[in-house]
Amino acid sequence: MSAEPRPPDFRRASAAALADGQLRANFRRAMDGLTSKRAAQFADPVEWRDLRALGAAIRARTLVRLPEHLARLEARCRENGIAVRWAETTGEANAIVLEILRRHGATRVVKGKSMVSEEMHLNDFLERNGIESLESDLGEYIIQLDGETPSHIIMPAIHKNRGQIAKLFGRRIRDAEYTEDVDALTAIARRVLRRKFFEADAGISGVNFAVAETGTLCLVENEGNGRMSTHVPPVHIALMGIEKVVPRLEDVPPLYSLLTRSATAQPITTYFNMIGGPRGPGEKDGPREVHLVILDNGRSRMHADPALQATLRCIRCGACMNHCPVYARVGGHAYEAVYPGPIGKLVTPQTEGVDRRADLLEASSLCGACGEVCPVGIPIPELIVRLRTEAAAPGGTSAVLGRGGARHRLESLAWRVWSAVLSRPRLYRAAALAATRLGRLVPAGLPPLSAWTRFRSAPRPARRSMQELADEEGIPDA
Amino acid sequence: MTDASSRPRAVYYFATCLVDLFYPEAGLSGIRLLQREGLRVVFPRGQSCCGQPAYNSGYAGEAREVARAQLRRFPGEEPVVVPSGSCAGMIRRHYPGLFAGDPDEGVARAFAGRVVELTEFLVGVLGVRLADRGSPVRVTWHPSCHALRECGVDREPTELLAQLANVTVTPLARDKECCGFGGTFAVRHPAISGAMADDKAAAVEESGAGILLSGDAGCLMNVGGRLAARGSRVATRHLAEFLWERTRER
Amino acid sequence: MPDGSRERILARLSRGSSPEPAGEPDFAVMARRAVRPEERYASLRRAMEAVRAEFLETNEDDWAGRVRAFAEAEGIRSIAYGPGTDAAGRLESSFRGSPVRLVRYDRPIEEMKGTLFDAVDAGFTTTRGGIADTGGLILWPTPEEPRLLSLVPPVHLALLDAARIHGSFWQAMRDEGWAHRMPPNALLVSGPSKTADIEQTLAYGVHGPKRLVVVAILPRA
Repeated sequence: MSAEPRPPDFRRASAAALADGQLRANFRRAMDGLTSKRAAQFADPVEWRDLRALGAAIRARTLVRLPEHLARLEARCRENGIAVRWAETTGEANAIVLEILRRHGATRVVKGKSMVSEEMHLNDFLERNGIESLESDLGEYIIQLDGETPSHIIMPAIHKNRGQIAKLFGRRIRDAEYTEDVDALTAIARRVLRRKFFEADAGISGVNFAVAETGTLCLVENEGNGRMSTHVPPVHIALMGIEKVVPRLEDVPPLYSLLTRSATAQPITTYFNMIGGPRGPGEKDGPREVHLVILDNGRSRMHADPALQATLRCIRCGACMNHCPVYARVGGHAYEAVYPGPIGKLVTPQTEGVDRRADLLEASSLCGACGEVCPVGIPIPELIVRLRTEAAAPGGTSAVLGRGGARHRLESLAWRVWSAVLSRPRLYRAAALAATRLGRLVPAGLPPLSAWTRFRSAPRPARRSMQELADEEGIPDA
Repeated sequence: MTDASSRPRAVYYFATCLVDLFYPEAGLSGIRLLQREGLRVVFPRGQSCCGQPAYNSGYAGEAREVARAQLRRFPGEEPVVVPSGSCAGMIRRHYPGLFAGDPDEGVARAFAGRVVELTEFLVGVLGVRLADRGSPVRVTWHPSCHALRECGVDREPTELLAQLANVTVTPLARDKECCGFGGTFAVRHPAISGAMADDKAAAVEESGAGILLSGDAGCLMNVGGRLAARGSRVATRHLAEFLWERTRER
Repeated sequence: MPDGSRERILARLSRGSSPEPAGEPDFAVMARRAVRPEERYASLRRAMEAVRAEFLETNEDDWAGRVRAFAEAEGIRSIAYGPGTDAAGRLESSFRGSPVRLVRYDRPIEEMKGTLFDAVDAGFTTTRGGIADTGGLILWPTPEEPRLLSLVPPVHLALLDAARIHGSFWQAMRDEGWAHRMPPNALLVSGPSKTADIEQTLAYGVHGPKRLVVVAILPRA
């Protein structure tokens, strides 16, 4: 149970974000850049269509046989000398990591970026257990210095501008001269982290793709901190969600291409690191031990539903949030969740309960921009509606956590009345008559209308409905 | 474009609830545009709503009952023309799933297959050629998200506008970004929706157009309402109404 | 050792039926990426130079001399390398008499860490080839040429045989049969290390090498 004083409320959190002009400007500029660059990467519509279909098919088919592929991954990893552990919950995963670190007397850890580790709140857990866990990806390093969580899954410090980062470095890094020059700031981080890589007892990373066929863990990065974290320290612990497995090595290039072009609009990243085991016979470097921790944390529940299973196709590219008009205006922190943006609207309610996080489900206009760019074809708006339906369900059971918990008596009554009237032609005509004659009398200042009229002038029903006018004009009825 | 032999002689018209109550002239304009091409247009009274507001809110049962009532009003096989990409998209894409396992599933699927958005029909089936009878005007076009992404309507409206000699379509910045209506989203998350509507209104004003056009009544109400609140001089029109106004004989 | 979590997770995943999704994955789109052999070097070079990789063009006979000349001109004082290969032998011959010191990475990292991190200016490695469409070098570190040579020193000198450039990553792994045996580490390198984490502004030389210099062996015309 978290120690939060109040439950997450997207309306409140987003109102604060909307009022922050600097934040809005930072995000708007960032999203505009990311979306136009991505469009340039996928300029050929036929290639996009076919590559995306391939990516979707690979991911969908993987999920159908997920247990087989995971079992094979484990077997091949073990053959390669990678130790494999499974964790149902984040608590278990944290305990496994701690046990491995304690066994080696490790007190200093360097970390590559891993969203799974965010789910685990791993850094906090390790700190509480006396182990320093330092983020080495520049964006993660920045927010860790400032005691924040990521606001975007690919660019965690996207909400900060250089002035804010300069002040932060000046305040928190010893011997750092104040500078707003990006190259100089980067050089400071390089200097600090280089020492940390050198001294670390263990390195922790995520996994972008885990290949079952060969027992290979693939990591995508531009900075080099991932390779540093996974090759320099004597112990490497890799964390992955159960959905990150791909069946065959040849499945990797199409997914890798979709990922880099969708996430950062690059045809390829600086490094693509394929880890097939610890230091091999005769090798002079590489970790002596490699551990893989496979985490469930609610994913098997998502997997149980044939439609919601598509949530697990996600390759964590971030394109959905880059194109989301809501995310672009409020940024990631307003979601008060590990995963923000459209994918977060699917993952978070399913892991925490559609009743607890109905606020996120409502916060979408269903514009579909996300589904349009998802490289693995997750039908995000459709699944949001599905989850809304689960949240409002009158009864029954399903795989979905918190089903029916967000059904409100007043709202369900309103929809029942709405349905009763609009499904009866004569009642509808009568209601239309009332609306057109009396609609202007409804006070625009009362809820729910007031939510509208705060920002817009009130819509006025026409004096006569179209059906009335059509009667007069003699337009044929059925 | 289809040849004369596959042109229907009669079509149904599903006006949508927002058009019926807020934009009746737009609805009638759509019918007149079709009638002018020699079609018999049947407009069953007592039709109401495609069910989308309830469906999107998670009240599928209530949506289905309203949808079922619409199925009954359009017997036969004629195409059903709809002056809204949002509603046409709802019916085409979601009625089959909404009625899965229901006794009316077959009827619903058939109905979904008959639905065509108005500009899709004008361009793709009728191949209309419009003659502009109005004086020069600058307009800007807002494509509704659902029309674009649920219904696949993208080039038809701009093709129709391009046929009007005295109409200049000025580009709209971030035109494909949502205007913030989203049905009940506007009421549940007014601040964000308001911010989106405001950005869209600002883009409309910057476009230099005198009239904002859209094919979706919800978007029009939303952006038009925001423009009015900003004291803007830009007018709003539904595309069907605009096309009829510009091309009807005086 | 029985793992309860494992069993429970796999059991949950095995329950229930999911409809088999329509469509066999169709890799035709990957095959269409083919870059013609005669265009591959140019394509790779263009793509890599766009992300600030540097190129020294040379040939099979002269490459080691070229590397020496480059190192001396750039003020590189020391280069770590992996002894025991043909390329290493060529390098050793060529650098005899040079003020540039060759540093042998011939002991485990535990004994070499300080040297690698703080006392060499560059690391030299061979490569297995390259990929043309996106740019990129293929490296399979070996006992002779350890992993950190291409990562820790601030400059990475990479020897590329232009005749061993594949059209794409997908083609490379298929043509070379990687699925049959993967080494403990394989990697693609496409340029010097970089980040855009500060205001989405590109900055080079973050944690990996600040410079990637590709020593490209072109066939004699």
